Amino acid sequence: MSVDSLDADRPLSGRIAVVTGAARGQGRSHAVRLAADGAAVIAIDLCAAPTTTAYEGSTRADLDETVDMVESLGVGCVGLSVDVRDLPRLSGAVEQGLGAVGVEGARHVDIMVANAGIAGGAPIELMAAEAWQEMIDINLTGVWNSVKAVMPSMLANPRLPGNGGSGTTSVILISSANGGLKAPPNLSHYASAKHGVVGMMRSLANEVGGRGIRVNSVHPTAVDTKLIHNDFTYRLFRPDLESPGRDDVVELFRSYHSLPIPWIDSSDVSEAVAFLACDAARYVTGITLTVDAGLSAR
Amino acid sequence: MENANKSAPTDPRRSDRLDGRTAIITGAARGQGRSHAIRLAELGANLVLVDVCVDLPRIPYRQPDLAQLDDTARAAREAGADVRTVVADVRDAAAMSDVAMLAVAELGGIDIVVANAGVIQLKPATEIGPEDWAAIIGINLTGTWNTIAPTIAPMIDQGRGGTIIITSSAAGLKGPPNMAHYAASKSGVIGMMRSLSAELGPHSIRVNCIAPTTVDTEMVHWPEAYAVFRPDLESPGRLDVVDIFASLNVLPVPWIQPSDVSEAVAFLAGDRSRYITGTVLPVDAGTLVK
Repeated sequence: MSVDSLDADRPLSGRIAVVTGAARGQGRSHAVRLAADGAAVIAIDLCAAPTTTAYEGSTRADLDETVDMVESLGVGCVGLSVDVRDLPRLSGAVEQGLGAVGVEGARHVDIMVANAGIAGGAPIELMAAEAWQEMIDINLTGVWNSVKAVMPSMLANPRLPGNGGSGTTSVILISSANGGLKAPPNLSHYASAKHGVVGMMRSLANEVGGRGIRVNSVHPTAVDTKLIHNDFTYRLFRPDLESPGRDDVVELFRSYHSLPIPWIDSSDVSEAVAFLACDAARYVTGITLTVDAGLSAR
Repeated sequence: MENANKSAPTDPRRSDRLDGRTAIITGAARGQGRSHAIRLAELGANLVLVDVCVDLPRIPYRQPDLAQLDDTARAAREAGADVRTVVADVRDAAAMSDVAMLAVAELGGIDIVVANAGVIQLKPATEIGPEDWAAIIGINLTGTWNTIAPTIAPMIDQGRGGTIIITSSAAGLKGPPNMAHYAASKSGVIGMMRSLSAELGPHSIRVNCIAPTTVDTEMVHWPEAYAVFRPDLESPGRLDVVDIFASLNVLPVPWIQPSDVSEAVAFLAGDRSRYITGTVLPVDAGTLVK
């Protein structure tokens, strides 16, 4: 495999990325970042609130804004409201998306960023079975569904050696540092799902690597998005306060890290995603890439 | 950030440039170290390049010479870097202290340390003698420490953070046979990295390891190495080991190029990875999950 002709400005030009959870937060950031590198984007999001989460859900307007931001960078984009728990609809959305953003010579998925996920937390004696099930359904099964849905297209990608090409494609599964590598209390469902993603990643890396498909996971620490910045999370982390706010959790979040920061920005995760997506990482597969300010090494 | 998000189209990409920063790179005369030097020079860094430039007892393949170190320096200068070269053995703590002082005195400080110098032997455990053990541990583990230790105080004093990148190996996380000392040294630097990442994080100094699979350099391609992998052949050559090395990887390649490792080094050296510390970044074609 040789590196495809490298265009330093738009190294993903002519490629197609699928990003789940793309309406806002990290997913939006990844979509926009990959678009800046030249990739067309199929942006997928639930555009609603799951039943067991304690923070506001994304909206169709959020997803439309992501589409606008991606298109403003000069690449094709389509936003589709799909639940990652619904494999048939997810598969249909990938096909529909390819029809919408596929440009000449590029009608296959090159990059899959399985980012959609929810957060929650409770001691096991208080955790509802519904919360467990929804967590597993979205954060674990939803990731598998996302890979499953793009695989027919990705396996037929002409970039791969078996199809006459000399490149690789990239599957990026978003796990977590705290949930996927460590496992603090009150996250039994979240840690199960995020650890599960690592096993899925390793098995798939072995399975499809011979055909040139790379599979890696990314493990962010707390990211400055609504997934952590909500009253529920504030109360979970500061049960000693009556109505804790953002400022009340800064020191606590900082204490988890070696670097002197409480949380990272979505763009920090996107840079790692962009690295794994491009040909500079053509021989990187099967790895757990932390973006965690040192959390998991301590 | 909410406002920034709405003011599209702005390029969301973070710059990978290293302009005005100084990097120390050991093992820079050839192979991975040379590749890292040229890549960081292309990105704007100034360099202190270190190599031993003499054949070493107990090490079964040739070491680079001074001309090769000069070649690296010339290529880096052509890419725009201000370059100093130092001939030193990383086992020499005093010499490595001088390297750090040189970077501070002549190139404005230390921002990036690439502790890359390393050697290998392939021997069954029953044949690893005390001098073999001392050579591999001395260069790969103690040499890495000698490289990093004198840079820490200057980096803290500068107050502008920094990034330390240690070349470990897939063999630092997995245990291939016939390299107990090498695997020990490469595991050792991961422990060193983790402890330093926790300790230096408050100063915004990041510490990470890369873990390459087999890289297509002189460290891999020497006759006795081929013989270890192909004892069935009388005088095996490069082509005779392709399939064996490919079988170690998941991706269909026997080895990767130095430039593939340099891309990971460049990522860890710059601001794109500003909050990545304490991690091992394999560039291993999947060998660790196989």
